[in-house]
Amino acid sequence: MPDISGPIVNFEQVSVTFDETSALRNVSFKLNPGETHIILGAAGSGKTTLLKAVIGLVRIDEGEIKLFGQSITSLTEHDLYPLRSHIGMLFQEGGLFDSLSVGDNVEYPLLNQQTANGQNGKGQPGEESSSIETHARDALRFVELEQTFDKFPSELSGGMRRRVGIARAIVTEPPLVLYDSPTAGLDPITANTIMALILKERDVSNTASLIVTHRFQDGDLMADFRYDPKHQELIHLPEHDEARNRTRFIVMKEGEIVFFGTRAELASSSDEYVKRFVKHEE
Amino acid sequence: MLASSHEGEVDAGGSLLRFLKTSLASFQEFLFLAGRAFANLVRSPHYYDDVFLQMDLIGVGSLPIVVPTGALSGAIIALQMSRALSTYGANSEVGPIVALTLIRELGPVLTALLVAGRNASGIASELGSMKVTEQIDAMRALGTDPIQKLVTPRLIATATMLPCLTVVADAIGWIAAYLIAVPLLHLVSSNYYWSSSWRALVPNDLAQGLIKPFLFGIIIALVGCYYGLRTTGGTQGVGRATTQAVVSASIWIFFVTFLIDKIFVNL
Repeated sequence: MPDISGPIVNFEQVSVTFDETSALRNVSFKLNPGETHIILGAAGSGKTTLLKAVIGLVRIDEGEIKLFGQSITSLTEHDLYPLRSHIGMLFQEGGLFDSLSVGDNVEYPLLNQQTANGQNGKGQPGEESSSIETHARDALRFVELEQTFDKFPSELSGGMRRRVGIARAIVTEPPLVLYDSPTAGLDPITANTIMALILKERDVSNTASLIVTHRFQDGDLMADFRYDPKHQELIHLPEHDEARNRTRFIVMKEGEIVFFGTRAELASSSDEYVKRFVKHEE
Repeated sequence: MLASSHEGEVDAGGSLLRFLKTSLASFQEFLFLAGRAFANLVRSPHYYDDVFLQMDLIGVGSLPIVVPTGALSGAIIALQMSRALSTYGANSEVGPIVALTLIRELGPVLTALLVAGRNASGIASELGSMKVTEQIDAMRALGTDPIQKLVTPRLIATATMLPCLTVVADAIGWIAAYLIAVPLLHLVSSNYYWSSSWRALVPNDLAQGLIKPFLFGIIIALVGCYYGLRTTGGTQGVGRATTQAVVSASIWIFFVTFLIDKIFVNL
């Protein structure tokens, strides 16, 4: 199991350049266990690049990234695979394997852990396939899609694919989950359902989350509510509740972090770019 | 006027330099992919299920196009040779000519071109679709090496199945040529056709006939995977990758045939 005693993600002065375009410039932040960072920003501001850099899908040119306390900057692609198998990631369109059934998609991370490094998580070496199927069904039940186990991704709606993507991201119970625009292109009702599931996952498993989104209300939901497992419902947090500070907002502009703070600090920001962005989304 | 002509030359020189740089970078990328695919042959994990699945898709799946093409190739050689050989009164040489032409050149090259058309395109479009729909990134994010999972099984499957398909095509072609030369045109006796054909073959021919498809198999798999994995630009990009894969694989097949022929002719 990776080290989760300190910051789970630590960016120090990270810069990424594509050809001659700067995608990230001197980005620094920390993400601790159980915390959520909402990454807001205009299109092309570097949000997805930042998310991909966290697990080395995009290689950085300057600075250092530490994941579970371990520097990944100099690790080779091959050395990164065992580390990545402890992280969940939801892609914008779900990123489901369309040649596999929904059940096989959700079982994939468990089987992969078993095949590749097999030391941690639920995919233990020698774990029976029935046990793996049980875990996959549990994850699908969590997103209320157990009935789609034998279907193929092409048979599902966009929102359902996104929910299956969440099930696949969380099936190994990773300490860190990355969400790339989980509500992009969805109607408001489906988008709220997706965000409620992400919130539920965070509070049930105390998962650290990085969420890239265009919708300010997604961050609002994460900051203002908590999931009550006893009554299985979302509860609005009081105005000055400490739990609100678990959610921080990052606003990006042209590859740079122009704002980092809580929901209240974001609302009271005097920066024209940040203010306009928040107001626009509201 | 002079200045604009000079600018044109500079621009053409710059374009040529950019083209050479891009080509060199692409070839370097290809070699890097090939190196990693081969290194994965001895590195865990091994995806045996994927290897057998690809063997079935590439090997068994290609039989319906390889068998008729092999048969028609043999029949056409026999027909064409019957006319040419009768001019010189050398009808009896039809068997050796069919055997040598099929086993040395036509069997391996035609089979490889068919498999390239069917599988290099299939591999490029499958991997290309996976690339543009973020499935390759998802695979990497889940901790799976896409080269280990997707490229190496296709490399093993194509490199092992193409020689098998070539042997099938050669055998079918040989039999088809027999049917044209002996029962239909009565050029030679049945016994003489088989014995003269067999006698004409030397180990050098058989080695060529097996080494070529083995190398062609490697080329088809790696070229298909390379173009698939570098696909950009949505569905249009997938179409482009598919076309590029077939064209490049076909050119490489002819180039490698030339190199092998050059080596074996001098042996």
